[in-house]
Amino acid sequence: MSTTTDIKSSFISQYREFEKSLNGSAKGPLHQLRKEAMGIFEETGFPHAKNEEYKYSNIGKALEKQLAGQAITQASSLDAAGVQPFLFDELEANQLVFINGQYRPELSSLISNNSEVVIKELSEAYQEQPELVANALSKEANPATDAFLALNTAFVQHGIFLHVPDKAVVSQPIVLHFISDSSRGTTTSQPRNLFLIGKSAQISVVEAFHSVGEQSSFTNIVTTIDVKENAQVDYFKLQTEQDNSLQVNTTQVQQEANSRFTATTITLGGGLVRNNLNIAQNASNIESNMFGLYFLHGKQHVDNHTVVDHRKPHCQSNELYKGIMDDASTGVFNGKIFVRQEAQKTNAFQSNKNILLSDNATINTKPQLEIWADDVKCSHGATTGQIDEEQVFYLRARGISEESARAMLLYAFAADIIDQISIEPLKARFLKFLSDKLQTQI
Amino acid sequence: MSKDTEILDELTSSEYKYGWESKFEAESAPKGLNEDTVRFISAKKNEPEWLLEWRLKAYRHWLTLTEPKWPNVKYPEVDFQDAIYYSAPKQKAKPKSLDEVDPELRDTFKKLGISLEEQKRLTGVAVDAVIDSVSVATTFKEKLGELGIIFCSFSEAVQEHPELVKKYLGSVVPITDNFYATLNSAVFSDGSFCYIPKGVRCPMELSTYFRINAANTGQFERTLIIADEGSYVSYLEGCTAPMRAENQMHAAVVEIYAAKNAEVKYSTVQNWYPGDKQGRGGIYNFVTKRGICAGDNSKISWTQVETGSAITWKYPSCILKGDNSVGEFYSVAVTNNYQQADTGTKMIHIGKNTRSRIVSKGVSAGKSQNSYRGLVKIMKRAEGARNFSQCDSLLMGDKCGAHTFPYIEIENSTGKVEHEATTSKIGEDQIFYCNQRGINTEDAVALIVNGYCKEVLNQLPMEFAVEAQKLLALTLEGSVG
Repeated sequence: MSTTTDIKSSFISQYREFEKSLNGSAKGPLHQLRKEAMGIFEETGFPHAKNEEYKYSNIGKALEKQLAGQAITQASSLDAAGVQPFLFDELEANQLVFINGQYRPELSSLISNNSEVVIKELSEAYQEQPELVANALSKEANPATDAFLALNTAFVQHGIFLHVPDKAVVSQPIVLHFISDSSRGTTTSQPRNLFLIGKSAQISVVEAFHSVGEQSSFTNIVTTIDVKENAQVDYFKLQTEQDNSLQVNTTQVQQEANSRFTATTITLGGGLVRNNLNIAQNASNIESNMFGLYFLHGKQHVDNHTVVDHRKPHCQSNELYKGIMDDASTGVFNGKIFVRQEAQKTNAFQSNKNILLSDNATINTKPQLEIWADDVKCSHGATTGQIDEEQVFYLRARGISEESARAMLLYAFAADIIDQISIEPLKARFLKFLSDKLQTQI
Repeated sequence: MSKDTEILDELTSSEYKYGWESKFEAESAPKGLNEDTVRFISAKKNEPEWLLEWRLKAYRHWLTLTEPKWPNVKYPEVDFQDAIYYSAPKQKAKPKSLDEVDPELRDTFKKLGISLEEQKRLTGVAVDAVIDSVSVATTFKEKLGELGIIFCSFSEAVQEHPELVKKYLGSVVPITDNFYATLNSAVFSDGSFCYIPKGVRCPMELSTYFRINAANTGQFERTLIIADEGSYVSYLEGCTAPMRAENQMHAAVVEIYAAKNAEVKYSTVQNWYPGDKQGRGGIYNFVTKRGICAGDNSKISWTQVETGSAITWKYPSCILKGDNSVGEFYSVAVTNNYQQADTGTKMIHIGKNTRSRIVSKGVSAGKSQNSYRGLVKIMKRAEGARNFSQCDSLLMGDKCGAHTFPYIEIENSTGKVEHEATTSKIGEDQIFYCNQRGINTEDAVALIVNGYCKEVLNQLPMEFAVEAQKLLALTLEGSVG
């Protein structure tokens, strides 16, 4: 615990400076929120290993190791050419670029019509509708529940405010690129995104995380998504950062009646990644899907925590997370399904499948069910194993080399998750990331 | 079938049948817990110096610990100073035959349905009856003695086999293990001791009855089972307790040591007083049970049927240290009214090609909460380890809860681990199917619950049937058949 005190105080002093830099805007509902959150953070600090939710991931310690004593800078010299390789050009989409947590409109391209979707920098949206934004921020994410949520809330300023009006169907996906550039020094960023999806609206959002530079970077991002009645949201997360990057990624979802929300989280890079995906089902006939893939190498540590809170009857949730761990990497999965007493007729399925490729790799999995209603169908499963030697033999008997056979089997295992993506160019890109990773690893 | 129905009715309606209090004269320690209490217990039992030191060490460590709060159970704070840590039924001399045993004590056994006369006639069951912490009668001892098997009360073992006790006591559950195990180490009153020598297959099921008797007495049992190389033993433990208004705590420790090629089968039927329908009273059952497969090819199998206690909190575990060793855990946990159960197992795979199997069946009714919490850990060295876990929950009524907390930690790439869990209620289509065939709904429910638990109940030894049926009559027998 004592080791994380320094890093905690470094964030506290960062906050003091941040507070000063706000000048006149230090009044108003938003700053009230920040102050409260900072108070919580100051009290709790980073979660230590005794905290059940962070039992397998000591993020405070990792931060201490990477960031302690480093001067933090937001500076970056990335230009359009530097950003170009990260963009999804083959996709007809709105591409928004963030560098070290700052929105860079000059590098971004917006193609959707304003009547379909309103996309704004969060601070700009706050200027226009302070009450609405501040309310949404405080309503969707209670900083008392998680230290990183509190920390993010304390620094809330930049991010994307995305509003889809009722009945709007956004045909072009929204792609948010978060690039951490640590070539000018250690960098931290704490973006906050707010998505309000109106009734019967439809949208696809992609969040892609990249990093460049030699120094460490730390991203603590929070996205809150409000899915109104009958709305349909496809939400993708692609994490391909470098090994010197740390990331805590929290997604809070509130779903209303008859809505459908699908999250797909693909983690191929990053030194330490923690994903929190929390879905609350606030009405009936809701469908929530969670898919995840993590493919790790080196000393990567990836921790996926998901929570589905079934509060009302006649809802369903599906969850499938697959992981491949190589070298000395560590995978963590913790899936929680809550079925409240009122939530009769719930169907909830959860599955976590893992392959360990090396004896130094570790997987800690905890698929958890908490059920208070009786008329439900809930199941969970977790498996861990290795590549089936008989399948390798089958392929080798047909003249395929051992390496290709293994790669083929791993590809098939992992592609399960990506195959369910309905946007073809996106799927193709993700599959390419996967095969690239396989080629470099195997 | 009609019997099943009656019993199933009773499952949700009946009061605790085994509720009465025998009027023994108890010789008790003064209320409260301090070093003097520990010394009192030790002196009372005429224990050697090293054991007293061991107890005191545990007590001093206990003072540094705080009560764990992580289990998924709720109960009022336990005042450890407000309990009596030792009480023994008064006895003039050691009885040599049944006739010398206190007649009132024998009546108690009769009410329990284990009259020693009958037990003697029953083939193959030796009973080490424990009433309020002190073993009073041991049968079949001589017969077992011929084979070199030691089966006696713990205090007797301390006197007669100190070398064995000293060697193995605390070797599986160290005194620093957890809050309740440490407390037990400091103040344990008595329990059972069992040693099976090399290559001996114990010809009968060894069985112990536990009863909590004098008011306000916490029961701290200590059981130690040692199976030497190539031996086999099947051990049965069953519990009933009289009705009681205030809560009682039971913090037992069971240690099993299995040497090379040894096999130990440990079966429990737990039926402590669960409290009344409003959730008043009832036993707190905080037990530490652990076995170590120390030698290669050894096997430890836990089977438990948990129907009683206001709060059950226990995780019979296996440390699979020897290569090719096997751990098994079969559990049925039934909770009703305001009962709470947080139970499961730990399988720690250390040796190569170790295997474990977990089958847990939870049934929740009324306003009860039933949790499965289990850990499967495959250490780096445990090549080719294999685990299969299944934990199912059945909910009866919409006020109860079923929770699953499986922890799976794997550090070896050749390990294969599978976990699956389901939660459901009895399907209307299943009932309909039975109704169609002329089976009424109540019988159908019994039939389905029966089938649901069968996998675990099949693991209980035949000899247990006599006892299990009586002890479980109110809760499980009907659904079990």
